[in-house]
Amino acid sequence: MNQDTLNYIFIGLSFALYIGIALKSRASSTKEYYTAGGGVSPLANGMATAADWMSAATFISMAGTLAIGGYAGSRFLMGWTGGFVLLTILMVPYLRKFGKATVPDFIGDRYYSKTARFVAVLCAVFICMTYIMGQMRGVGVVFSQLFGVSIGTGVLIGALIVFFYAGMGGMKGITYTQVAQYCVMAFAYTIPAFYIAIALTGNFIPQLGFIGEYIADGPPVPFLEKLNNINQELGFAQYTDGSLSMIDMFCITTALMCGTAGLPHVIVRFFTVKNVQAVRKSACWTLGFIAVIYLTAPTIGAFSRVNLINELHGTRYEDAPEWLAQFEKTKQITFNDKNGDDIIQYTGPLAYRTSDGNLAIAESSAAKATMDLSDDASDPNELEFGADIMVMANPYMADVPPWAIALLMAGCIAAALSTAAGLLLVLSTSLSHDLMKKIINPDITDQQEVMWARIASFGSLVVAAYFGINPPSAFIAKTVAFAFGLAASSFFPTLLLGIFSKKMSREGAIAGMVCGIGFTFGYIVYFQFLGGDASNYLLGISPEGIGTLGMLINFAVALFVNSFSPDPPAEVQAMVEQIHIPSGAGEAVDH
Amino acid sequence: MDNSSPRSYRAACLKLTLTLLGVWAFVSLGCSVLLRAWMDSNMPAVGHAPFGFWMAQQGSIICFVALLIVYAVVMKRLDTKHGYSEEQGANG
Repeated sequence: MNQDTLNYIFIGLSFALYIGIALKSRASSTKEYYTAGGGVSPLANGMATAADWMSAATFISMAGTLAIGGYAGSRFLMGWTGGFVLLTILMVPYLRKFGKATVPDFIGDRYYSKTARFVAVLCAVFICMTYIMGQMRGVGVVFSQLFGVSIGTGVLIGALIVFFYAGMGGMKGITYTQVAQYCVMAFAYTIPAFYIAIALTGNFIPQLGFIGEYIADGPPVPFLEKLNNINQELGFAQYTDGSLSMIDMFCITTALMCGTAGLPHVIVRFFTVKNVQAVRKSACWTLGFIAVIYLTAPTIGAFSRVNLINELHGTRYEDAPEWLAQFEKTKQITFNDKNGDDIIQYTGPLAYRTSDGNLAIAESSAAKATMDLSDDASDPNELEFGADIMVMANPYMADVPPWAIALLMAGCIAAALSTAAGLLLVLSTSLSHDLMKKIINPDITDQQEVMWARIASFGSLVVAAYFGINPPSAFIAKTVAFAFGLAASSFFPTLLLGIFSKKMSREGAIAGMVCGIGFTFGYIVYFQFLGGDASNYLLGISPEGIGTLGMLINFAVALFVNSFSPDPPAEVQAMVEQIHIPSGAGEAVDH
Repeated sequence: MDNSSPRSYRAACLKLTLTLLGVWAFVSLGCSVLLRAWMDSNMPAVGHAPFGFWMAQQGSIICFVALLIVYAVVMKRLDTKHGYSEEQGANG
């Protein structure tokens, strides 16, 4: 049986399982459509949230980003797990006690204002859209690899499947479907890592192999030292140093963390558990399940880096391993033989070609800039590939058995689909429930509301598919980082002030949200789409990390405006007192 | 519902929250970013990995999980002490 057949069988089986579960629990009333009617156990909810969380960015893009960025890739590891701590201890228990289905609902009620609700809906739409773009790209990368088609076609196939599947089950379907998806993903991600860890380091546990010794050829050397040496020989920064400045690293990590705590689709998840204590327990489980994947990701990144370079760099093109041709076919890896010697050369930013045709490494980028080099000589690299393919190429490089590769394909698809479906649900809820029912026309029936939800998800999917084909940045994790920056600069400060300060007024909150997200969005668009030059970055902060500044602006504006606006009404202040008392949280959704 | 001591309950919650946030910031933004260079050269390596690098890629995540467990356990104890527990007869 060849690899393709096996892939189809594994993906087919996993799909049959998810769709079976979704159909079995097909949603009927609106209340069920949104939050599964409450009362999902903390363990199941924890797993489902973890599946929701493990988006295409995490599953497909993160290990590759780590492989290429080394230490600099840690921003994603810490950002996305650390944010969960903020989310759990600052946000969800209180929001759950408040007991509204969506984040704009909370903001609308807490800030006693339709305008605030409207601004929150807009923010939610921007955040979710940006996030879904990244997911659609991920879906495209996977389907492109699976069917041997271009990424664009892959995105379209994926979009159809996501729509069918999110429109069908509502969150009830999604909660139990996602439990199944988590299991598929966790096995798919860790099994190849075990194989590779044994092959490279002789250690069964990848995390120990990572800090252990490299034994695959020659005498044992510390694995990370080996990696640093390889990187240096080819003209890359040392693996354990990375290439980001400290301030950029700090800002991006902070933006990702605070963004996590303001992400509407994750917050909504916690409305499905029974009471506040169950919420805390559920969050523990979630982070535990997430940590399984996040602790494995850096090892996969590092191992695949060593494998990739060992297998390709300095190899004659005819002797290159079979899988290279497969990735070349879909244009996910390209080889351009610049010097016509038929040997693959993979080099980093410090490498250059001397006048007699040999490779050399400059002392520093400043030293390289002083040399008089032609374009080809200054960039002798002949192998181009995106970070996003590392996870999929990794098992091929390491000769992992075909069934494990098939499982990995199924896992990749599960990751991309589950997050896309969850986000789509939040987007359509925001538009149908918060915008149509609560603001534009309060008289629409439940049925009409569900219909609007479906129209909204179709519309957003079309836009997301477009940006999946024409992505705003080079790789998925970066696109997703923008979504987090937007969330950090809009929802995080507003929710935090709304929960912990009963004197916070609607004027302050609205001004803060508008300024925060406006600044961040403008900065991202300017540098990402309008050709702003990196040398003009404010304080050297890249668009990925600008959410941190946006967040500070939001806080500052909110507090400033609040200082001369009237206090909130007494009943709102009493409500804020009340959400700090954990008991009596009531049913999941009661309007 | 027994709201006998909301003020002391909230004070205790706030203290716990701030403590956990302090640890959270120290292990992630502190050890792994701001103080990384110092940590790499002055702290013992973990296996063959420099300490700051290891904290950034593995250690901080382990600490995060531990923080949430501490939070759930201590908050549950606080809830029970102040009469806000809802666990009786529940299966969660």
